[in-house]
Amino acid sequence: MTAPTVTARRDEGDAAPRPVPWRRMAGVIWRQHRIALAGVAVLVGAVAVWVWIEGASVHHAWDAAIACHPASSAACQDLAGTFNGTWDQMGYAAIFLQLLPALIGAFVGAPVLARELETGTFRYAWTQGFGRWRWALAKLVTLAVVLVAATGAFSVLLSWCYQPYLAAGNQARGLYGNSPLVTVFSLREVTFPAWTLAVFAIGALAGMLIRRVVPAIVASLAVYAGLAIAAAGLLREHYLTPLVTGSPNVAGTAWLLGQSWTKGGRFAFAGNPPLNLLNQFCSFPQSPGGKGGASGGGPSSSASPFAQCLAPHGYTMWTSYQPASRFWPFQWIEGGWLLALSALLIAATIWLVRRRAA
Amino acid sequence: MNVVEASGLGKRYGRTWALRECTLEIPAGRVAALVGPNGAGKSTLLNLAVGLTAPSAGEVTVLGHLRAGSPAALDGIAFVAQDTPLYKTLSVADMIYVTRSLNRRFDQPYAQARLEDLGIPPKRKAGKLSGGQQAQLALTLALARRPRLLVLDEPVAALDPIARHDFMATVLAAAAADGVSVLLSSHVLTELERVASYLVLMSRGQVLLAGEVDDLLATHGRASLEELALHYLRETTPEVTR
Repeated sequence: MTAPTVTARRDEGDAAPRPVPWRRMAGVIWRQHRIALAGVAVLVGAVAVWVWIEGASVHHAWDAAIACHPASSAACQDLAGTFNGTWDQMGYAAIFLQLLPALIGAFVGAPVLARELETGTFRYAWTQGFGRWRWALAKLVTLAVVLVAATGAFSVLLSWCYQPYLAAGNQARGLYGNSPLVTVFSLREVTFPAWTLAVFAIGALAGMLIRRVVPAIVASLAVYAGLAIAAAGLLREHYLTPLVTGSPNVAGTAWLLGQSWTKGGRFAFAGNPPLNLLNQFCSFPQSPGGKGGASGGGPSSSASPFAQCLAPHGYTMWTSYQPASRFWPFQWIEGGWLLALSALLIAATIWLVRRRAA
Repeated sequence: MNVVEASGLGKRYGRTWALRECTLEIPAGRVAALVGPNGAGKSTLLNLAVGLTAPSAGEVTVLGHLRAGSPAALDGIAFVAQDTPLYKTLSVADMIYVTRSLNRRFDQPYAQARLEDLGIPPKRKAGKLSGGQQAQLALTLALARRPRLLVLDEPVAALDPIARHDFMATVLAAAAADGVSVLLSSHVLTELERVASYLVLMSRGQVLLAGEVDDLLATHGRASLEELALHYLRETTPEVTR
C-alpha cells in the first residue's frame, strides 16, 4: 500500500486538525452498547405489555364502578369492591416498578466507563483521533437521551394505568383513591425518566471512580436507594410551601402533611387529639368512617371526625397539605433537580476522564 | 523533527516516582527501542507520550512540539497498548468500523487486505482470535490510521516466537515502506537487535543511555546491542548517564 510521505504529513499536521465529526460516534455507540440497549428494550417491552394488560382491567373495573347508580346499591358496592381489590396487586407492582429506573440506569450507566477501565480498552479508546473527553461526552449524552426517551414513553403508559386510583371523587364514591403527589408520584411522566437519568449519571461516575463494572452497579443502586428514600421522605413535601386550612374538608386528592389544633386562637396540640380530650368530648361507635381512609398513614380522612366533635368546644383543626393541583409543578421540580444533578454528575465524569492519570 | 521530546519529565504514583528527571529527544524516522527491566518506567514514559497520563513534573511534546494528548497529537500517533486491548465482544469488522469512525484517516483497503493475508476472518469476534491474531489486529488497526508515529508497549511479550517474528516484520515493513517512526518498549533484548536503530536504556525510572544504536556501539566498544544493554543494566548506579 502506498502512503503519503512523512514530509507531506508534517505540513498537514501543522494546523490543528479538523475534529472527527460527532455523528461518527452514533455507529460506535450502537456497536458497543447494542446488547445493553437490547436488554433495556426487552425488559421495558415485557413490563409494558404487562402494564397494558393490567391497566386495561383496572380501567374496566373503574369505568364500571363509576357508571353504577345508585352508588349505595349492593351491585355498585360489588363493583367498587372489585375495583378496590385491583389495588392489592397494583400497589405491590408500583413498588417493583420503582426498581426499573434504578436497574436500567445502573446497568447501562455503570459499564460505560467501568468496562473500559476494567478491561484496559480505555488505552485504545482514549488514544484515537476522536479525543477522550469528546468520546465520553458523546457516549454519555447519547445514551442518556435514548434512556430518557424510552423510559419517558413507558411512563406515559404507567400514568394511564394508575390514573383511576388518582381520580378526584373516588373517595366520595367509596372507591380507593389517593393523592397523585403520593402514590406512584415517582413513576410519572417527568419523574420516571428523570430518575432513570439520575441513576445512569450516578452509574457513569461510579464506574469512573470504582473502575469495575459489578461494584459500580452495586454502588449506584445503593446511592439510588438513599436518594430515593430521602426524596420521598424528606424533600418532596417541601417543594412548595404547604397550604394550611382551618376547614375540616380538604379534597381527597390532596396530600395531607399534618394537623395542629388551636383553641381560642392559641396553639393547643399537634397531630391527633390526646386521648383524655377524646374521652371527654367525643364518643364514637368503634370503627368510625367508611372506606374513605384507605390511604395508609397520616391523617386518614378529609372530614375528620375529631374536628366535628371538638369544634363545638372551641377547638379548631388546621390541616397543612399540598393540593393535587400542584402535581405538575411538583413533577417539574423533582425532574428539574434530578436533571441538574445528572448534568453535574456527567460533567464531573467527563472532567475526570479528561484529567485522569492512568 | 523529534517524535518525542521530554525535559525534566517525571511521573509520581503516590510517593513512588515511576519516572524521574527524564530528558530525551527521539528523532523522527527511527525505530526507537525503550529497553529496561520490568518497572523501569517504560510504560509510564509511553503513556505520557501518548497523552494517557499527565506528567507530575516537567513536560513532554510529540511530533515536533505538539502537546502530548492534544488533538493534533492524537491524530498523528497510533498506540498499541500492552496486551493489545480490543473490544472482545466486537467482530473484527466492527473493530475496523469503530477505529475508522474514531479517526480522521483510515486506510480501509489496507486493513482489509492485511487481515485477509493474515487469514483473520472479519466476522470472528475479536475475543475469539488467538493472542498472535489479536496483536496483529491491533497493529493493523493502528497502521491503517496512517500514523506519523507508531507507539507499541511491550508488543511481543505475550506472543510465541513465530507470532513475534511476524509482528515485528509488519512493524519493520511499515517503518521502511511508509516512513512511520516507531517507538516501542520491550524487555526482550534479542528481538530488538534486528529492528532498533535508536536505543533508550532505562532503569528504575531513569534514562541511563540514549542514542543511535550504531553510535552507541562504536563509542562503547560493544559488539551487540544486547551486550551493551546488559553492561549498563548491571551497573547499579543510575548516575551513569552518557
